[in-house]
Amino acid sequence: MSEALLAPSAPPLDSRSAWQRSLSFRRGLLVPGLILTAWIVSTHYGLVNKHLVAKPGAVVTRAIKEATEGGLLVNLLASLQRDSIGFVLGALAGVAFGGLLGMSNLSNRLFSPTFHAAKQVAMFAWIPLLSVWLGTGEQAKVIFIAVAAFYPIVVNTQEGIQGVAREHIEVARAFDYTRWQILRKVVFPSALPSIFAGIHTGLIYAWLGTIGAEYLLAPGFGIGNLMIEGRESFQMDKVLLGVIVVGAVGATINLLASRIEQYVLRWRVTAFEARQ
Amino acid sequence: MAESAIIDIRQVSKRYKVSNEALLVLDTLNLSVRPGEFLSIVGASGCGKSTLLRLLTGLDADYEGEIKVRGELIKGTSLDRGIVFQEHRLFPWLTVKQNVGLGLQNSSWSEDKKRKAVEDHIALVGLNGFEGAFPHQLSGGMAQRAAIARGLVNQPSILLLDEPFGALDALTRSRLQQELQRIWQTEKITMILVTHDVDEAVYLGDRVVVLQPRPGRIRRIVDVDVPHPRERSDPQLKALIEEVRGEIVNVTAN
Repeated sequence: MSEALLAPSAPPLDSRSAWQRSLSFRRGLLVPGLILTAWIVSTHYGLVNKHLVAKPGAVVTRAIKEATEGGLLVNLLASLQRDSIGFVLGALAGVAFGGLLGMSNLSNRLFSPTFHAAKQVAMFAWIPLLSVWLGTGEQAKVIFIAVAAFYPIVVNTQEGIQGVAREHIEVARAFDYTRWQILRKVVFPSALPSIFAGIHTGLIYAWLGTIGAEYLLAPGFGIGNLMIEGRESFQMDKVLLGVIVVGAVGATINLLASRIEQYVLRWRVTAFEARQ
Repeated sequence: MAESAIIDIRQVSKRYKVSNEALLVLDTLNLSVRPGEFLSIVGASGCGKSTLLRLLTGLDADYEGEIKVRGELIKGTSLDRGIVFQEHRLFPWLTVKQNVGLGLQNSSWSEDKKRKAVEDHIALVGLNGFEGAFPHQLSGGMAQRAAIARGLVNQPSILLLDEPFGALDALTRSRLQQELQRIWQTEKITMILVTHDVDEAVYLGDRVVVLQPRPGRIRRIVDVDVPHPRERSDPQLKALIEEVRGEIVNVTAN
């Protein structure tokens, strides 16, 4: 059984050393650091129009003020709630519809051409249509966010299901699995990486859609509305605060999605590990 | 003979449709397999040996003739017939233990008996300590061991092996051949091995069926009257290997 001795032990999720990771993390900070420096220097020495670019200090002050007595939290919560509802609706519909396209040849032939044509319509082109149908209120925003999340999830779910290995299905058939068992025990887990990729993209699109919907379908609370307020009253510190919050939330969503994906799909071989 | 056979293959022909023409891959095959025997089926590529195994598994029901197991025509797949493929075909999202347990999904055994069967078969193929490993963490040989355990776990009376060691390196292959001989002796079940490796076919088989290609037919059945466990250096085995190889080379030269 010397074979067993040669077998590698479970590879870690990230096989780089801690030092390498911290180095690449520091490298990643270089560009943001330079931008921040340029921002501080240019605003401090008046190299840019102070009406167009607020000072970093002013943005910090504004952040504290908005967070304590202003509407930052209310707006942020409104955006996150809208984002979540829209995303969940879009994701449920997307997995269901993508699953249908992946599993049934008939529905694939019926719906896929239309779906792929509709996919070509740029996301924000739906806004005029939705605002006519549903007004500019909460309903229209949530539906728009759902649509944004829907597309990537449909595409990836369908691809994942169609990509299931015939060899694995034969194993299940040899063990007398029913159609339902094959679906649950073979097709679904094998499609999961692709479904997750779709959900990940869907999460990002939904957040983009949230800000877009708030910005373009104005009335109500939201980070997008905070930015509109800032723009209209020419408070650039408020606008910049909005930009920073939108970026931070987006980055957090992205990070959380990656972590969950990494954990759920820990059985996957990455190209790096497969090389051994 | 027909009475005592566990598998009876009668007048079996198989055609594949290739660009609207029916290509004959198996031509009126007749073969009886004895209970508990180790039967090797050997032949050059294109002789239909893997096709025959698919028919026996029940994965392909589109053929002419009759295949009976214990006197009954086969209908689709059955838990009584286990299969090991050339590629291990383990599910990458399941651990070794879960993969081996796949074969028990539709078994009527109690949970306790299932757990015990999984443990026993992991031990049988020598994978103790790797129960929680994922397939990508296993070497090719270990993955194929797990696949053998999966094929045996619900104690089928027949195990079908489709070139199970074809993708392994020579050292691992000969070690696993030895292990398979031991497993066959322990489990006392019928095994049918399809291979293009003449040494393997003769070393393991009680009988070696030599198929000839285009269309696949039985050329000869060679009895290997050497008691198990066998030594590779056995002169009788060596002579038989040469004999079988001669049959295959003759065919290819024709």
